[in-house]
Amino acid sequence: MAAREVHMIVIGGSSGAIDALRAILPALPTGYPLPLAVLLHLPPTQPSHLVEVFRAQARLPVCEPDDKEPIMPGTIYVAPPNYHLLVERRGSFALSVDLPVLFSRPSIDVLFESAAAAYGPHLAGVLLSGANEDGARGLECIARAGGLTFVESPATAAVRTMPAAALQRTAVAHSAPAADLGKLLARLAATPRPVEAS
Amino acid sequence: MISPTPSDTELAELLDAVYHRYHYDFRGYAEASLRRRLASALTHLRCASVGELRARVLAQPRCFSELLQFLTVQVSDLFRDPSYFRSIREKVVPYLRTFPSIKVWVAGCATGEEAYSLAIVFAEEGLLDRTLIYATDIHPESLRVAEAGVYALDRFARFSDSYRLAGGHGSLANFYTAQYSSAILDRKLKQSILFSDHSLATDVAFAEVELVSCRNVLIYFDRPLQDRAIGVLRDSVRRKGFLGLGAKETLRFSPHAEAFTEAVPEDRIYQRR
Ligand SMILES: C[S@@+](CC[C@H](N)C(=O)[O-])C[C@H]1O[C@@H](n2cnc3c(N)ncnc32)[C@H](O)[C@@H]1O
Repeated sequence: MAAREVHMIVIGGSSGAIDALRAILPALPTGYPLPLAVLLHLPPTQPSHLVEVFRAQARLPVCEPDDKEPIMPGTIYVAPPNYHLLVERRGSFALSVDLPVLFSRPSIDVLFESAAAAYGPHLAGVLLSGANEDGARGLECIARAGGLTFVESPATAAVRTMPAAALQRTAVAHSAPAADLGKLLARLAATPRPVEAS
Repeated sequence: MISPTPSDTELAELLDAVYHRYHYDFRGYAEASLRRRLASALTHLRCASVGELRARVLAQPRCFSELLQFLTVQVSDLFRDPSYFRSIREKVVPYLRTFPSIKVWVAGCATGEEAYSLAIVFAEEGLLDRTLIYATDIHPESLRVAEAGVYALDRFARFSDSYRLAGGHGSLANFYTAQYSSAILDRKLKQSILFSDHSLATDVAFAEVELVSCRNVLIYFDRPLQDRAIGVLRDSVRRKGFLGLGAKETLRFSPHAEAFTEAVPEDRIYQRR
């Protein structure tokens, strides 16, 4: 039995996800060591206020990453509007203005797939409330690369479409209400996760 | 379906082949988004593997033109990020006014919208008659579109909003004529712009200018190629001249940062020391 650690968390969501994050982010204590990238669908033309919203909730520093921003421990990175956010294998962010994917830019699939390629089994992906199916494919990628997958349980999510679509593709995803997801993420940093020998 | 990701070797072999055969250098491009675009190229060009694509690209120049369409991202708008163009008007134009003749370089101009947006600002500020705008890109088809200056009319409702947010004095309609479903930009704007081929990956500086605008191009480069490209941009800006980048691009991580001061930090406009 080998110990496997999580080095990075990616979180995606759409309508209803801000409320879920209000329950999740305060559960992460000061000094929490893992970096988190949070991507919510937003109208493309308005400046995003998410950084301020999350700063009020979280005990960790919150910022919008620039292109090539190195990924630092214990920081919450919020995807800026009108760009795709990607993770490079050298542990930095990249941005792109490639066309929208499933009508979305930023796209959760794009973030999750690139993060899965960069972090493999050391990644945890979380998909929250939302009214479309973005993220389902990305979460599947994370699971295939050996990472951990969570969804907000469709029964308690404000809009069930997004987590339900993901569960359909990724049966192994762990499903829980937002408040419990916060506790689960808090614990990820504390204990290396045992991996069954195959 | 999730297609298997090409190995590093396959990717490197394709980019090497493209470089040696066609002299386009994509070897230093940011990998994560390049891999995504390559995956859609494989689907669209019906290639089962990167190896197969490489063979076809080597054999058929036409296939390379199609691949180029995927490797680069031809997305642009008039007055994309209005606050950038407002800052150019309010913070940079007063400085440019002090020169008898003005040169501007738009690097990575795609289909021309950024260059035309600047031309419109300069026209409204009464500077266009003494301004020459170089606008360059590596994509031949985009340069043709840019040179024609004809765009789909249905984009102009949105462009007009951005124009106003960017501090436009009059009406965007003063700068184009509508014909059927097209908007044809004013000849005066076109006459002030020189479109040509130039690569930030392989070419060097070709002029010294008062303003360089290079937006959403550097995001496609990895760090070493960014350093090279920013070096070319730095060599092209005269002392006290300006360099404008995209909303999420920064000199923060560049060794060339100390050659500049932050003139308008929130709009990523830098001034050469
Ligand atoms: C997303 S577009 C940016 C268009 C415009 N500057 C804007 O911000 O709206 C990126 C452009 O960079 C160009 N490009 C890519 N590699 C380049 C290189 N090595 N040298 C110059 N331009 C390049 C692409 O062909 C494409 O037209």
